[in-house]
Amino acid sequence: MSVKVFKTVKLFIGGAFPRTESGRVVAVKLGANEANLCVASRKDLRQAVEAAEAAAGGWAKASAYNRGQILYRAAEMIEGRRPEFAQLFADTLGWDAARANREIDAGIDAFVYYAGFTDKLSQVRGAVNPVASRHHVFTTPEPVGVVGLILPDAFSFGAMCDDLASILAGGNSVVALLPLGDGGKGGCPAVLAPLAECLATSDLPGGVVNLLTGELAELAPWFGSHMEIRALSYRHEDRATLALIQKAGVENMKRVVAYGADTPPLKRITSFMEYKTAWHPVGA
Amino acid sequence: MRDVKLRIPGGGTTVIPGTPVDQVGIEERAAHFATRSIKKGSKFDALTLALQMVDLTTLEGADTPGKVRQMCGKARQPISPAQWAEITSGKEAEYPMIPSVAAVCVYPKQVPVAAEALKGTNIEIAAVSTAFPSGQLPRDLKLKDVKRTIELGATEIDMVIDRDAFLRGDYQTVFDEIVAVKDVCGHTHLKVILETGELQTYDKIRFASWLAMEAGGDFIKTSTGKAAVNATPGNTLVMLQAIADYHAETGKMIGMKPAGGIRTAKQAIQYLCMVRETLGASWLTPDLFRFGASVLLNDILRQMYKQITGRYADRRAFSLD
Repeated sequence: MSVKVFKTVKLFIGGAFPRTESGRVVAVKLGANEANLCVASRKDLRQAVEAAEAAAGGWAKASAYNRGQILYRAAEMIEGRRPEFAQLFADTLGWDAARANREIDAGIDAFVYYAGFTDKLSQVRGAVNPVASRHHVFTTPEPVGVVGLILPDAFSFGAMCDDLASILAGGNSVVALLPLGDGGKGGCPAVLAPLAECLATSDLPGGVVNLLTGELAELAPWFGSHMEIRALSYRHEDRATLALIQKAGVENMKRVVAYGADTPPLKRITSFMEYKTAWHPVGA
Repeated sequence: MRDVKLRIPGGGTTVIPGTPVDQVGIEERAAHFATRSIKKGSKFDALTLALQMVDLTTLEGADTPGKVRQMCGKARQPISPAQWAEITSGKEAEYPMIPSVAAVCVYPKQVPVAAEALKGTNIEIAAVSTAFPSGQLPRDLKLKDVKRTIELGATEIDMVIDRDAFLRGDYQTVFDEIVAVKDVCGHTHLKVILETGELQTYDKIRFASWLAMEAGGDFIKTSTGKAAVNATPGNTLVMLQAIADYHAETGKMIGMKPAGGIRTAKQAIQYLCMVRETLGASWLTPDLFRFGASVLLNDILRQMYKQITGRYADRRAFSLD
């Protein structure tokens, strides 16, 4: 007789899988079972930002080619767990096989797509600027650092992977909030464990991606006011909270981006990059 | 360890007790300080106190007068008045300008630079001496080192004990050397660095602490910051307990300086709790407790920022030195 071992769903911070420091959980249906999902506190968010800030330097300095390889490997990991994702989507969200496969394909495509973009960014968006003096003048896009990502209640795996990969491609680290929505019935938390495991095994340095499950209303003000979250991708449906974050973000000059479904991929990447210009004397 | 009888240079003997340390008990108690929650009202006061206890340190081969001057500026004014005014805007009465740190700690060659930069302040100038960090020089050269360092303007001397002699069991040599250094120091404050990371056991750390206090050290200090293991809650607690017992026996109040590895304000506050609960509130002053640290200062500022504004601060918002 074999004993079935169920997976415990926890947070993903700094490459590790801790429980929330607050000890708070909410019981949700996960697959055929019930699971205690962590309700992250502001201290968990703070720890996640510490981890993301520590990891940001190394990830930004990694060669674009290497970043591409790692994002591609994330796609490979998702492909390898296709049955697990499909089962989870069916059990939790009631998706049929066709819909689950469409979503998984979209997620994998997103990572592969942005993996290919990493080493083309500075060609596409960078420039050699003509100047009057004897200087070479280059402009290149550089990552801003730690980017917050607030995911929507309406869950789409493809869109979620697109959000993550587009921020990562530029060399940023991410602190993402998967909102619990209506008492944990939202789709985001369901995907937390396998996605975190895919990212943890794809050579992404620990801390480059951090995933929290929590309440939007509780954590949104902290996403807005934390000075080390340098930009924020707001994907949630609640416009009032967006206004609140934008207001909190004015003080620290945070870029709060809430782009629409039609925003082109290149724009998604460069939303979280800033342009730097360097002057080099000719002949030096 | 067993009790060891040592000759006091100039006459008489003293017994250094070889009191054993309960390793499990010490580690359990030390770990317990990390689980405390400090309430908001006390936190700002604790941060201010920790800031006043910092020996702002730079001990690198690459230290230059420019770097030392920069650090001294930071020691006098950990944050610029303009930046402080911005942070405390609307709450000026509640948060007056923060104090300066207790001391700077530099190599002897940089002492004149620090003395010049700190003229007119009451910030102490601590200098590491006696062939810091290894202590591997003949005694006459170590004493010259101390003498010259004081002449250059140092007001506190951080000496290292002779670990070579200590680990061989030649405690008399270690004792005599501290006595000789204290003799050269005169009224200059003497901190004795045990380099606990190299002493192997808590028993030896406690023994070395007692020996250093008995030999005339005004402070005992955990480490140079150059060894693989520096200040830990465990070895600091052993030393604090030794200070408490020494005080009970002799009535002398000896200071304590953990150094190396204390990087966050949270750790610093844990150390303060440890001092308060081992030695009592009378030790919570820069005269009797110091942190040997550099990056700690900016983390204290960051946490102060959080306490005042309610927002998490950006570490890049504060000057590095």
